[in-house]
Amino acid sequence: MKKLLILGGGTAGTMMANKLAPVLDKNEWQITVVDQEETHYYQPGFLFIPFGIYTREDVIKPRHDFFPSGVEVIISPIEVIEPDANRVKLSNGRVLNYDYLIIATGSHIEPEETEGLKDGGWRENIFDFYTLDGAVALSNYLKYWKGGKMVVNIVEMPIKCPVAPLEFVFLADWWFTEQGIRDKVEIEYVTPLPGAFTKPIASRFLGQFLEKKNIKLTPEFSTGRVDSGRNKIISWDEKEIDYDLLVTIPTNMGSEVIARSGLGDDLNFIPTDPHTLMAKGYDNIFVIGDATDLPSSKAGSVAHFEAEVLFENFLRKIEGRELLPKFDGHANCFIESGFGKGILIDFNYDVEPLPGKFPLPGVGPFSLLQETRMNHWGKMMFRWVYWNLLLKGAELPIEAEMNMAGKMRA
Amino acid sequence: MATKTLAGKTVEVDEEGFLVNPDDWTEEMAPLLAEQVGIYELTDRHWEVIRFMRKEYKERGQIPTVRRIKNVGGIPTKELYELFPEGPAKKAAYIAGLGKPQGCV
Ligand SMILES: Cc1cc2nc3c(=O)[nH]c(=O)nc-3n(C[C@H](O)[C@H](O)[C@H](O)COP(=O)(O)OP(=O)(O)OC[C@H]3O[C@@H](n4cnc5c(N)ncnc54)[C@H](O)[C@@H]3O)c2cc1C
Repeated sequence: MKKLLILGGGTAGTMMANKLAPVLDKNEWQITVVDQEETHYYQPGFLFIPFGIYTREDVIKPRHDFFPSGVEVIISPIEVIEPDANRVKLSNGRVLNYDYLIIATGSHIEPEETEGLKDGGWRENIFDFYTLDGAVALSNYLKYWKGGKMVVNIVEMPIKCPVAPLEFVFLADWWFTEQGIRDKVEIEYVTPLPGAFTKPIASRFLGQFLEKKNIKLTPEFSTGRVDSGRNKIISWDEKEIDYDLLVTIPTNMGSEVIARSGLGDDLNFIPTDPHTLMAKGYDNIFVIGDATDLPSSKAGSVAHFEAEVLFENFLRKIEGRELLPKFDGHANCFIESGFGKGILIDFNYDVEPLPGKFPLPGVGPFSLLQETRMNHWGKMMFRWVYWNLLLKGAELPIEAEMNMAGKMRA
Repeated sequence: MATKTLAGKTVEVDEEGFLVNPDDWTEEMAPLLAEQVGIYELTDRHWEVIRFMRKEYKERGQIPTVRRIKNVGGIPTKELYELFPEGPAKKAAYIAGLGKPQGCV
C-alpha cells in the first residue's frame, strides 16, 4: 500500500484530498489528512463579521463533512515532519510514514511578534479580524462604538489575502455611514507598502478609492512596536501614529511545525519551486497554499489554481514523468468596496492587475479594476462556491493559467 | 540597459540604479552607492550588514529580509533602521550591489 499524507485540511489540503481520492486506486493508495481542528473556517467570511453581515455560524462547518469516504482524517496537532525518514509525528503520539507528502499547513497571525501589541489594549481597543475570535470581538466592540480615530495597520508583508485590509476600510466607511456616525470617525490606513497595494496600476486605482472615501493613506510605515498605554503605534524609525481603535493585521507566519522540522524560512514558509510546487531539495514533498514561500498572493483562489497544477504534477510524479512547470502565480480576487459594490483583479507572477473584462462562461463578464454591483455579487457568491464547489475539488469555469483575454494594457 | 561607472568600472544598472549583476560589485563601489542613497559614512556595523547580505546572496541566491538580517545576521531591526533609514532591506541591497529585493504580493 502506498501512502499519501496531506498535512493541513484547510482550503488547499481539502481540495487535494477531493481531487486525488477519486483517481488513486483504493487498493493501492491510502490517503491520510491531518488537521488540528474539528472545524473548517471560511476565512474570507471573517471580513464581514465585524459589520454584522455574517455571524460565527455563517463561516464554520465540521471539517469531516468535506472529505470523501476512504480518506482517513486524523484530528491532532502535528508535532514534527522528518523528511529524511519519510515520517511525521503527531502530538497524539501517532507516527505516520509516507511515500508522498503534501504540506498545506497554511499561515496564521502572530501578534506576539510585535512588541506591545498584546499588552493592555488587546481586545480592549486593539483587534484583529484575521481570526474568528478577533472578528467576533471586533463586531461586539463596533456595535457600541461612538466614533473616534480608527487606524487599520498592516504590521509587515507578506500577509494572506493582501486586499482584505483595504476591503475592511471600504466596508468600515460604508458601515459607519449606515450607522450615522461617519462624520465622527476618522479612518487611517497605515501600511509598509509604498501605496495602497503592491502592484502599481492597482495601487493607483485603489489609492483613488481611499481618497474618494476620505480614508487617509499612510504608506511606508514599518511598525516596530505598539504603546497601548498611550494608544500609539510606533515605526522602527520612531514615527508615531495615534489611534482610539486599532485594527491590526499582525505578522503572518507559517505553522510552527515547519520551524520545528527545519523546513521553513524566517517566517516559517517553505521554499517551493514556483512553477512545479515541489518543495525545494525534496522529491517526494509538495507544498500548496499559504504554506509556500512563493511570491504570489496567499489566497484561496491561488490555492485553487495551484491545486489544478499540483493534481497534474502529482499524477505525473507517481508515474515517473517529468513535472510540468505550469503554475504561473495566477490570483483572482474580488475586492469588496462598500455600498453594495466590488472590484475584481486578476493577475499572475508577471502580469499585474489590468483593467478590462473578465469573461466567465455561464455567468457573464465581470469588470476588471472597476467598481460594479456585479463584482459585489461575485464576492458574496464566493461563500457558496467555496463550500459547495471549491473545497470539493470541482472544476470551476476559470483556467488555472491566467488568460489575457479582455485585459487592456494602458 | 543603462550603465554607470563606479570606482573606474562600468556596470549595468536597472531603472532605479540597482546593479544588474551582483558579480560586478567590488567593495570600492559601496561608499559610492551609499552616497547615492544618502548615507555618507559606512561604519563597521554597516559593513557587517553589507557582508552578511553578500554572503547570504552567494549561499542562498536570495536577498535576506530584515527578519533574516536580525535572526541570522544578528543585527537588531531597530539598529538596522538607524543604519539604513527608510527601507533598510532596499538600501542595504542597493549598497551591496544586489538587485532590488522582490516586493511582496
Ligand atoms: C480575513 C481574511 C479574508 C480572506 N479573504 C479571501 C478572499 O476573499 N479570497 C480568497 O481567495 N482568499 C481569502 N483569504 C485567504 C484564504 O482564506 C487562504 O489563503 C486560504 O484559506 C489558504 O488555504 P490553505 O489551505 O493554504 O490554509 P488554511 O485554509 O489556513 O489551512 C491550513 C490548515 O492547516 C492546519 N494546521 C496548521 N498547522 C498545523 C499543525 N501543526 N497541526 C495540525 N494542523 C495544522 C490548520 O488547522 C488549518 O486547517 C482570506 C483570509 C482571511 C484571514
